Amino acid sequence: MFQEIKYYRFGEAGILLEFGDGISVDMNQQIHNISRWLNENPFDGFIETVPAYNTLTVLYDPMKFAHPEKSAFELAKNRVKMRMESMPKEEASSRHVIKIPVCYGSDFGPDLENVAKLNSLSPEEVIKIHTENTYYVYMLGFAPGFPFLGGMSSRISAPRLSSPRLSIPKGSVGIAGKQTGIYPIETPGGWQLIGRTPLELFRPSLNPPTLIEAGDQVKFYEITLEEYHSWEADHGHND
Amino acid sequence: MAIMINKPGMLTSLQDLGRYTYQQYGVIVSGSMDPFAHTAANLLVGNSEGEATLEVTLTGPKLTFGIDTFIAICGADLTPSLNEKAIENWRTISVRKGDVLEFGNCKWGCRAYIAVAGGYDTGRVMGSKSTYLRAGMGGYQGRALKEGDTLPVNSDGNGFHPTSFNWFISHEPRAMYLDMNTIRAVKGRHFDLFTKESQTAFFNEKFKISTQSDRMGYRAEGTELKLQQQKEILSEPVLFGTVQVPSEGKPIILMADRQTTGGYPKIAQVAYVDLPKLAQAKPGDSIVFQEITEEEAQISYIIQKIELDYLKAGIRLKNRE
Repeated sequence: MFQEIKYYRFGEAGILLEFGDGISVDMNQQIHNISRWLNENPFDGFIETVPAYNTLTVLYDPMKFAHPEKSAFELAKNRVKMRMESMPKEEASSRHVIKIPVCYGSDFGPDLENVAKLNSLSPEEVIKIHTENTYYVYMLGFAPGFPFLGGMSSRISAPRLSSPRLSIPKGSVGIAGKQTGIYPIETPGGWQLIGRTPLELFRPSLNPPTLIEAGDQVKFYEITLEEYHSWEADHGHND
Repeated sequence: MAIMINKPGMLTSLQDLGRYTYQQYGVIVSGSMDPFAHTAANLLVGNSEGEATLEVTLTGPKLTFGIDTFIAICGADLTPSLNEKAIENWRTISVRKGDVLEFGNCKWGCRAYIAVAGGYDTGRVMGSKSTYLRAGMGGYQGRALKEGDTLPVNSDGNGFHPTSFNWFISHEPRAMYLDMNTIRAVKGRHFDLFTKESQTAFFNEKFKISTQSDRMGYRAEGTELKLQQQKEILSEPVLFGTVQVPSEGKPIILMADRQTTGGYPKIAQVAYVDLPKLAQAKPGDSIVFQEITEEEAQISYIIQKIELDYLKAGIRLKNRE
């Protein structure tokens, strides 16, 4: 099962496991299954995992593997391999579908018209296509809780802005190339913004600290401005 | 039980050794830019390595102590003074209630670390006292210090009672600062994707640290680094010291506030033991990357940690004499 994995050193305290070349949901799910298993069954010296599209990075404490003759990396790598071999075969894939309400257009989605024009569509058609598909979350990165989503229709793709905005409000939903994403905190960014969600994607006081986890699925649905504001009123201010 | 901030300095924030175990959620590590100076300062006041220190950048703050305690300042020499009398870095210093700590010109380095016995009493967010400036969380109210702030100090202290003050951390454990321009690094995962000229230039030519450098990363200027052919790189994790090269060919060395993942090709990884040199480098400084093997980098890391353990034991012994 794990024959094709390549193991690389990554810094003094990391092992990078490479599972293959391209992007595939099956491979990515395998990465998240292993990641979850290692976090639930940590070995002495385990620090954390960082799963990505086709790689899994395992961080460890080299001092726990310091040895007068042997390489700490080799010892840690063997420990990771041993842990992976004890992983149960049955796939424990409980993929949640997270539903994300989005208020499209107007001030929340200043680039919606532009995305529509670029693809010779009406704004309504862009919204219809954006809410049609179910998106798979390959990984989180860039900002806390920012999902790298796969599965957007190329009919609504749009290039990054030539000059990024200095500040993008949190909750903004954007498109860059063939990707769509949600900004969980205020940050600079170059994605074309089509709407905003009132949901808090990053919640530092909760465990897990993010609404969306890697391996989940995401589905967007449209809400009106009134619904957006009443959501905010019910769940505290999204400022 | 607090320290009053009379002037904040250029960028003064609480940092520890970083916020780990949440990178899988996209939460950055943060932490001290110079983990060696940070750790030394903590050890000098009897704290554990992971306690938070105040990271001071180029222009230091002015602070008034509301308690009798012990402090230590390590890293950059920003000509500190206590009640207008010069004091030295790399030492344990006794301070009294009402004492005023100030900084002057920067004589060497870029970042100084102020540790206080018992630590700053701010609580941990997601397991760490480090300030995550962009997300406004951790540290002191999620931000850099401002004039008028009152920074609480752990009132119980840590039971540290030094018996002598006539010694300091010698030059030996901090020998890496002597050769500030040579930055040891190992080849990155995508090194072979670069042209032969770029590969040679990277490990031989000088690069200048640009003014576009901060806690997130340093941009370096020099020979343009090019890939043999454009290649799409999938986003994957980056580390403290990862050197990545965007398409315009200028390398970026990722520092404490780096994002968790990146999609640019990685040409190199700076050795952990040389990160303190980068933390103390200023825009305009020149550096040369020197290639070492991954095994050498890891052994240097282990040796430095063992040396810090010796230092810790030494400080304990000194204060028992």
